[in-house]
Amino acid sequence: MPMLKPYMTELLAKGKREDGRKSFDYRDIKVETGVIARANGSARVLIGKTEVLVGVKLDVGEPFPDSPESGVLMVNAELLPLASPNFEFGPPSKDSIELSRVIDRGIRECHAIDLDKLCIKPKEKVWMVFVDIYPINDDGNLLDAGALGAIAALKTTLLPKYDEDEEKVLHKELTKTKLPLQKIPILTTFGKLSGNLFVDATMREEKELDARLSIATVEDGTISAMQKGGSGPLTAEEVIELTEKAAELGKKLRKLIPSK
Amino acid sequence: MGSKVGAPEKLIVNGKRLDGRKANEMREMEIEVGVIPNADGSSMVTLGGTKVICSVYGPKEVLPRRNLDTEQAFLNCVYGMASFSTSERIRPGPNRRSTEISKVIADALAPAIFMEKYAGMEITVIMEIINANAGTRTAAINAASVALADAGIEMKDLICSIASGKADGTLMLDLFEPEDNFGEVDMPLAILPRTKEITLLQMDGMLTKAESKKLIDMSIKACEEIYELQKKALQKKYATETQQETE
Repeated sequence: MPMLKPYMTELLAKGKREDGRKSFDYRDIKVETGVIARANGSARVLIGKTEVLVGVKLDVGEPFPDSPESGVLMVNAELLPLASPNFEFGPPSKDSIELSRVIDRGIRECHAIDLDKLCIKPKEKVWMVFVDIYPINDDGNLLDAGALGAIAALKTTLLPKYDEDEEKVLHKELTKTKLPLQKIPILTTFGKLSGNLFVDATMREEKELDARLSIATVEDGTISAMQKGGSGPLTAEEVIELTEKAAELGKKLRKLIPSK
Repeated sequence: MGSKVGAPEKLIVNGKRLDGRKANEMREMEIEVGVIPNADGSSMVTLGGTKVICSVYGPKEVLPRRNLDTEQAFLNCVYGMASFSTSERIRPGPNRRSTEISKVIADALAPAIFMEKYAGMEITVIMEIINANAGTRTAAINAASVALADAGIEMKDLICSIASGKADGTLMLDLFEPEDNFGEVDMPLAILPRTKEITLLQMDGMLTKAESKKLIDMSIKACEEIYELQKKALQKKYATETQQETE
């Protein structure tokens, strides 16, 4: 679609988008939690037509040798061809690995989960927190949808029972203990198209944009992770401008997460 | 029975099953058509605690080319389970069980499709179990069948599917998890509802000839109910769409 980029540029120069939004408006966002009965925590996020399902499962395993008294966090994204004609079967694509790693860093670097509280027996047994992100429909900005789903699911995650004598997890018996969360990081992803900045790109916009910047911020506006994507450059001024926008928009998105 | 760890003492108490159902009673089934905007056809089926999402892409180009069949469609069915769909997390991606199920599902669906009309083309059917409580392959077939219709694939009929089996010595319809895990027999079945021809049949356990006949009859009866639910779900989507168009 060679005509699409000039058209989008013209609109963005006036602060507008082809779907009627302003440059820094998100599409309608819906966050639901407790959607998967089998999961320890789960969430369904809709950003416009983009839909993501996130499930959290807990298990007990060995800690990493360099952090023998800390629980383990694993974030994984499964880009099933169910969600888009652009996804393919086979080993994880570069996109799915980047998606899960960017979301992982946003959660890990601000110590959103107090992993030190997830130790059962130092060097031997710790809780392992698996966050699995499944896009159901990809209409752009899976990063923000996945990250929002991940933190919403973690917020509602309950630990399963652990039988200390038998040394095994009773997966079917949930306790009332929530995961120890200390921060709620929010990922906001911006696009740059012919010099114009905007947030929450649709699939059509994602195909045309020159550069992308994802910024995770916590409650007080501190940045916990960043990732630039796309082949085009960004100026330092643009990055600074976007970190401010990220904190501002992060506050709005954080309010959408249900408390239960 | 009774030898497996964690098995309940009885699966039938006072003539009722552990979830209160009668032997020939199916769990509640909900069918929704058109749940994935990107897909050419899609659906979601809930059968008690089992939930599956299905999308259909096609007819489209066959990729890789080695799958090309010049006589009929390449029906690419992929059944999978989300990592968080079971009580213990399962590793994402295909395994031996899901590969076999994908194959029998393709064989179950093909008789309903005018396969020769799509010679040289691919129809992809992706079924993902997002919450599992037994009967996942049959729920997936019910979902796939309406998703194919939603995609506008030319079909002779829908496909309806349900599992039946035996637990605690009693023949029963639509096993749920404890019956599936600790019962004696599990028999998933799928039919073309108009002709009652069977397109999927698997069985493991021990059954007499009379018992298998009884189970097949019980399942076919349930499939007739499922057929009505499938038609209703399709009508619901397309009735509203035509209404909006005329308005």
